[in-house]
Amino acid sequence: MSVITDTLRIKAGADWDFTQLQLAHDEIEAVALGEMGLDIYPTQIEVITAEQMLDAYSSIGLPLMYRHWSFGKRFARDESLYRHGLRSLAYEIVINSDPCIVYIMEENTMAMQTLVLAHAAFGHNHFFKTNNLFRQWTDAGGILAYMDFAKSYIARCEEKYGEAAVERLLDAAHALMSQGVSRYPRRNFSLEDEEKRAAERRAEQQRTFNDLWRTLPGQHGPARRPTDAAERRRLLGLPEENLLYFLEKKAPLLKPWQREVLRIVRHIGQYFYPQKQTKMMNEGCATYVHYKVMNRLHERGVLDDGAMLEFLHSHTSVVFQPDFDDRRYGGLNPYALGFAMMQDIERIAERPSEEDRIWFPEIAGSGDAIGHLREAWANYRDESFIRQFLSPALIRKLRLFSIFDDGQSDLTVKAIHNERGYRQIRGALADSFDVVRQEPEIEIVDVDLDGDRRLLLQHRVHSGMLLEQGDAELVLQHLATLWGYDVRLAEVDAVTERVLRTHDAGAPSR
Amino acid sequence: MNIIDRRLNPQGKSLANRQRFIRRARKQILDAVREASAKNGIADAEGERIRIRGDSLREPQLHHTSRAGRRTHVVPGNKDFIEGDTIPRPPSGGGRGGSEGSPDGDSEDDFHFVLSQDEFIDLFLEDLELPDLLRRQISTTEEFTPSRAGFTTSGSASNLNLVRTMRNSLSRRIALHRPRGSDLAAIEAEIAALDAGEPDDERRRELNAELERLTRRSRRIPFIDPIDIRFNRFQNIPRPAASAVMFCLMDVSGSMTAHMKDLAKRFYKLLYLFLSRRYRNVEVVFVRHTHVAHEVDEQTFFHSTESGGTIVSTAFEEMQRILASRFPREQWNVYAAQASDGDNMPADNAYAVSLLQTAILPNCQYFAYLEVGAEEGRYGGPTELWRAYQRVAQAGHAIAIRKVNHRSQIYPVFRQLFSRDRSTREEAGQ
Repeated sequence: MSVITDTLRIKAGADWDFTQLQLAHDEIEAVALGEMGLDIYPTQIEVITAEQMLDAYSSIGLPLMYRHWSFGKRFARDESLYRHGLRSLAYEIVINSDPCIVYIMEENTMAMQTLVLAHAAFGHNHFFKTNNLFRQWTDAGGILAYMDFAKSYIARCEEKYGEAAVERLLDAAHALMSQGVSRYPRRNFSLEDEEKRAAERRAEQQRTFNDLWRTLPGQHGPARRPTDAAERRRLLGLPEENLLYFLEKKAPLLKPWQREVLRIVRHIGQYFYPQKQTKMMNEGCATYVHYKVMNRLHERGVLDDGAMLEFLHSHTSVVFQPDFDDRRYGGLNPYALGFAMMQDIERIAERPSEEDRIWFPEIAGSGDAIGHLREAWANYRDESFIRQFLSPALIRKLRLFSIFDDGQSDLTVKAIHNERGYRQIRGALADSFDVVRQEPEIEIVDVDLDGDRRLLLQHRVHSGMLLEQGDAELVLQHLATLWGYDVRLAEVDAVTERVLRTHDAGAPSR
Repeated sequence: MNIIDRRLNPQGKSLANRQRFIRRARKQILDAVREASAKNGIADAEGERIRIRGDSLREPQLHHTSRAGRRTHVVPGNKDFIEGDTIPRPPSGGGRGGSEGSPDGDSEDDFHFVLSQDEFIDLFLEDLELPDLLRRQISTTEEFTPSRAGFTTSGSASNLNLVRTMRNSLSRRIALHRPRGSDLAAIEAEIAALDAGEPDDERRRELNAELERLTRRSRRIPFIDPIDIRFNRFQNIPRPAASAVMFCLMDVSGSMTAHMKDLAKRFYKLLYLFLSRRYRNVEVVFVRHTHVAHEVDEQTFFHSTESGGTIVSTAFEEMQRILASRFPREQWNVYAAQASDGDNMPADNAYAVSLLQTAILPNCQYFAYLEVGAEEGRYGGPTELWRAYQRVAQAGHAIAIRKVNHRSQIYPVFRQLFSRDRSTREEAGQ
């Protein structure tokens, strides 16, 4: 180890090379795994250019992606912004996969590369591997192979059925992607067998195909459908919150390949669902880890003072939180909040005040900050993390206050950083990080099987938050295309059960 | 840990996505391209920034409207608020503050991106086609590509084809029963064995004779004979190279203002771009005239002024001379575009028209006459030259005549002239 410390001296602004990168990685590993006890997937670091970074952006951060115009659109916009200097690129992109892939930009200086390694290859990596949501809902080992399958499957579909047909289908599926997530029951999320199962399904269909079934009498005879509504809903598995799942399994007119494509889009949506719920914690974890690691490296003399200042410069701009009346204010910065909360936990564990002992009796003064943090990283998501760990001290430090907006009259300040306000602010902030509250609650409730096969959806409206009309109608039109018959969405007040508004979309003419 | 250097991986991974995107937004992009081209010259379009409306690119999602509902926000940086204070509602209902309207009045739905020059020109010149005239072929002198053409018995050593040569050698040796090295070695070994063991003179003599016979035979039949040798043969295939020459004729007498020259220049640029998409090799000849005509370079053509009268026929004479000396008819596609304010010496009109009909038009693929006017467009009726050319056109000759007063008319006129749709073109030819 001493040999390495002798050879690796990171200076400010210095260029990187592969040997140094390797040495820096080993140094960080010693701190992150040895001292902080992180648990990570094996890492694969890939050095890329700015253009490749733009590529990676456009395919929503996955290294393999099927083709669709929306990715081209994203690329064109990002490229335009980047070229005109309106936006700089991220220093890194990290992928929740096993091995964990970290893209780093060639333009970074050596100090930046060290920061990026600590941040992504250790911070994010640890979070991906240990956080409960990721463990339960994503399959890091299978995602790359699955995307490979998805890409080639969709390419084959384009060849077979035409690009236009595939594009229409993907447009519709993308519109429903955020409603293509199973939030409650845990279905099987192993992606490894997906490809095999798709092939088996095809083989089975071919093997058991018998044209005679079509000619059997009785199929067109009197309907033997259960007319009892409750029984019908039970048979259809309704109500169903996962629209894509329902369409894949139950839509009457889809071809097998179309069901498979819906399945692919659904799997991708599901893969990203934990990231939506843990954005603040994930970034906070990575920021906390890089901050700790860089400081330790500086103490050990790997980073010289200049490099340390270079690091601090970019660190502070990442965790900068402008006030609400600042022109730069654009909401709470998840990096800033996450990092502040984790530093706060460290403070409570090591130097608690009397107040902390009352609010956090189980961690105050325990001295094991990193242990508590690892526990929090593993078992919480943004919403529950805030509900559990946002301390009065931090509320005072950030001077958080809550305002109530009824959509019409002036805004009212509901709570500020005082004894009466702490719990209110904590609850309101946790709610604002709760994906389930932020996204509309939409379910398929019934299908009119005896009539015109209209699909009935319901949006349960909380606090009067209706859907954006224009978009809702476009999405419904996509839904009607997939379902094949009419679709109606009713917006129902969650408390009074009163129907506030309905949207309709007609089936496309066939 | 692995470190992988991906920097040298093939670029443009998202090209297929980009093509799909451009196809998707084609109509809007086309409109935007037209609009952009009216503003600036086409040749300076290197990576044009395009703004399009976001309608067909909308990716709708179900989400809450921002205009209704009761919400609680938690925000940082309280300075002097206490519980129960009211804050006046921000004007646009945003409640967030911060972002200001962008200076050039873009709406949020607008979508900006950069088209590469090739993409720009492709879209710009889309649907345009060369007039359906005979496309003259192929200068034979231009370029040859060597292409493999079997094998030959003579050639340079570097073209030796080893496989063929050895195959011929082998079959010849088999056919002529050339003794193999292993046969000779076996006999020699047997002789050596006899030498070592008890003498058997009879056998030894036999073997010696056989050895000598075989050795002689293998000397007579060479391992590789000149007749075995094969060389790769290459043939020079003439590459058909369609070439075009574009004549720019312009009146530069004092009456042509800078504005008129600018119009003409834009038209020439368009024509040049268009031709260079269709032909691999496009030459441009600039002929300017007052009462005399000269071939000049581009700089002089557009920027220096001359004084003098205006005699159009001189330009035709000059063009005829250049055609005859440098551009033989069989090898070149000839395009000509004449720009003028319509002035000509009245006495010259008849001669110019006859020269046009007898010498110029028969040698041209296409002749366009562009009458450029002042921006305000004061017209005192058709000019002399216009009337003369109109008669030529009515007589059924391949000549297109147009009037242009303003920059923005250049591109529509150009499209009319080369539109793939014949009806538009003919209607324009009135």
